[in-house]
Amino acid sequence: MSATLQTKTEARTMNGAEIVLQALKDNGVEVIFGYPGGAVLPLYDALFQQNAIRHILVRHEQAAVHAAEGYARSTGKVGVVLVTSGPGATNAVTGLVDALMDSIPVICLTGQVPTHLIGNDAFQEADTTGITRPATKHNYLVKDIAKLAGVVHEAFYVAKSGRPGPVVIDLPKDILIGKGPYSEAPQAAHRSYRPQTAPDMGQIRAAVRLLKGAKRPVVYAGGGVINSGPEASRLLTEFVRLTNMPCTNTLMGLGAYPSEDRQFLGMLGMHGTYEANLTMHGCDVMLNVGARFDDRVTGRLNAFSPNSKKIHADIDPSSINKNVKVDVAIVGDAGATLAALIECWHAEEMPQDKAAIDAWWRSIDGWRRNECLQYRQEGSIIKPQHAVKRLYELTQETGRETYITTEVGQHQMWAAQYFGFQKPNRWMTSGGLGTMGYGLPAAMGVQIAHPDALVIDIAGEASILMNIQEMGTLAQYRLPVKIFILNNEYMGMVRQWQELLHGSRYSESYSQSLPDFVKLAESFHATGMRVTEASQLDDAIREMLAHPGPVIADIAVAKDENCFPMIPSGAAHNEMILAPGQQGGVAGVTDEGKVLV
Amino acid sequence: MPDPSETTLRNATIAVLVENEAGILARVVGLFSGRGYNIESLTVASVDADRRLSRITIVTSGTDMVIEQIKAQLDRLVPVHKVSDLTLEGPHIAREMALIKVVGRGEHRMEALRLADAFRARVVDATTESFVFEMTGAGEKLDAFIGLMQPIGLAEVSRTGVVAIARGPGGLQS
Repeated sequence: MSATLQTKTEARTMNGAEIVLQALKDNGVEVIFGYPGGAVLPLYDALFQQNAIRHILVRHEQAAVHAAEGYARSTGKVGVVLVTSGPGATNAVTGLVDALMDSIPVICLTGQVPTHLIGNDAFQEADTTGITRPATKHNYLVKDIAKLAGVVHEAFYVAKSGRPGPVVIDLPKDILIGKGPYSEAPQAAHRSYRPQTAPDMGQIRAAVRLLKGAKRPVVYAGGGVINSGPEASRLLTEFVRLTNMPCTNTLMGLGAYPSEDRQFLGMLGMHGTYEANLTMHGCDVMLNVGARFDDRVTGRLNAFSPNSKKIHADIDPSSINKNVKVDVAIVGDAGATLAALIECWHAEEMPQDKAAIDAWWRSIDGWRRNECLQYRQEGSIIKPQHAVKRLYELTQETGRETYITTEVGQHQMWAAQYFGFQKPNRWMTSGGLGTMGYGLPAAMGVQIAHPDALVIDIAGEASILMNIQEMGTLAQYRLPVKIFILNNEYMGMVRQWQELLHGSRYSESYSQSLPDFVKLAESFHATGMRVTEASQLDDAIREMLAHPGPVIADIAVAKDENCFPMIPSGAAHNEMILAPGQQGGVAGVTDEGKVLV
Repeated sequence: MPDPSETTLRNATIAVLVENEAGILARVVGLFSGRGYNIESLTVASVDADRRLSRITIVTSGTDMVIEQIKAQLDRLVPVHKVSDLTLEGPHIAREMALIKVVGRGEHRMEALRLADAFRARVVDATTESFVFEMTGAGEKLDAFIGLMQPIGLAEVSRTGVVAIARGPGGLQS
């Protein structure tokens, strides 16, 4: 048996494990994230006998998927995961749903008991395809080795085309051991799955006519622009500047438009800026590119941007008219759509109402003067907003390529609000599923893909403990990830909702019995730092950034700080709660609103 | 803006042409249960000579927005070739078959046979105290016949669910 991977492939016979690795290699895979077990031993044996594909050993299968997500989101490539049957597969499920919700291309190879034992409740057997059917874009159980190579090639096509997503390939052990033919990726189009990527020009023209006639336009761009590739972000910027329109990004879209630009309004939605949300509320024409009118963005649906004509460009037809009925629907790739919009904008002779747009900008600038993200750093207690803002500013001073991941909660929103992104693929956060424990493994995947870059996980003290075992992976592969914990000793977002919606009854949201993060870091061969005084913050951040290895910086921040602005559940964009001392209406939350999460 | 919470429901008969592969029915049914859509009936069988394609006919109900969602969600499943809303896309024929068991003696038997004749139901099994009728037609016709059999001695009903096809030369597989 030769396990040497060949670059030139002719029809030849290999065992199943070699077929899988050859197919991965032919699809450009250089790294996989995984954890071994009985059912995948043949694959690990084949991995051992080759050098083309590097395997990163994680400490938990969930982390393998998040690492693959971080790798995929920071490179635009497909992330690949390898786990064993049964608990290996079930542990991966959270990561798969995370990738599904955020449209991240991931392939997860799962081991399975041999085909003759399937259905017999064998040791470490789980109905993986059954369990992961609603957790994936598509999944496969390979029962015929003759189809194995074709399935792997198809999985790559499915994972990355159209709206990207996770794909599971379940591999019974006898298939991995048995011998079969290897075939290269087919040239022919897929039999049934051929998503539309080129936009309809009639719809593009209809959109441009609406946009040219707009007096109060807004561009609302999301993760679809990031997924389309860096060129789409460049085209978005070109279009927004060409048209002098205000632009806001969703949580998933941060980096698609440069945050330092004059026309950028910041993030919109539940914790979006005052100006972004009021612009959305008051606009007369809205162009949504690659976002999906998520409930975190729209607030109360029947009060969402009530007087606007809406244009929605999305690669997934099922996202259109799902939550919000739109006037012009464009199915297609975000980059292709933006290119067509720019071309058509130049061709369309109808003039833009420049006076109206100038007046619109004056309204927006008025909202901006509210300075909704202002906070007051006084005394020695560190405000979490200040910690993130200083992290951003000091990171910029280094001039290094910087990638940010987050966990989920208040720190995530503060990171979105106070850390600026000038380029796409630099911001990795769990948007749709909201998975605590995402940030550390995602940062690992990013650092593997960009060994020389600065990779920072902005974390909370509760979230970080959900995948803290990955400190071991950082040590093993010498990954210099910086973990920046905003430690307020609370599950802060839970505490905030309890304060605002549940009479300050802080039920089970206190982070009791926390570890000593400095000692924890040291026990995992990393460096630990603890900062309690505002005066120490800058030096500590500089020290962390300059350190060549992994660091946990445990930043003790104000315990009762809330994340504002906030659109309470069930409220509209113009019913935002602002930080105490700022202007704006305070909306009461009804029981109907409390039902919403 | 149209109100997304509008509540006018309509019925839709949706035909779906899919790859005939393991798990496809679970995908479709899981989509409906996972997203809270109704299934009033669902039929499935392979429809081509080499058994690579299956046709699923689903009868569902919802607001226009929900039915549009159902079609878009079905269409993005990887093994789905085509989705057609027969209710919306022009005239179509919908048929259902039922096997209906009626148990009784004497005058009840005669009445059952007379009604079966009027409804063009065929007797496919008979004993001295029972009949099994086979009947094909629109769902309402089956409902009417089964309703009439109720007082006569209706014992058991088995129905196929609706199969449907567009009128005229065009179709899903053309």
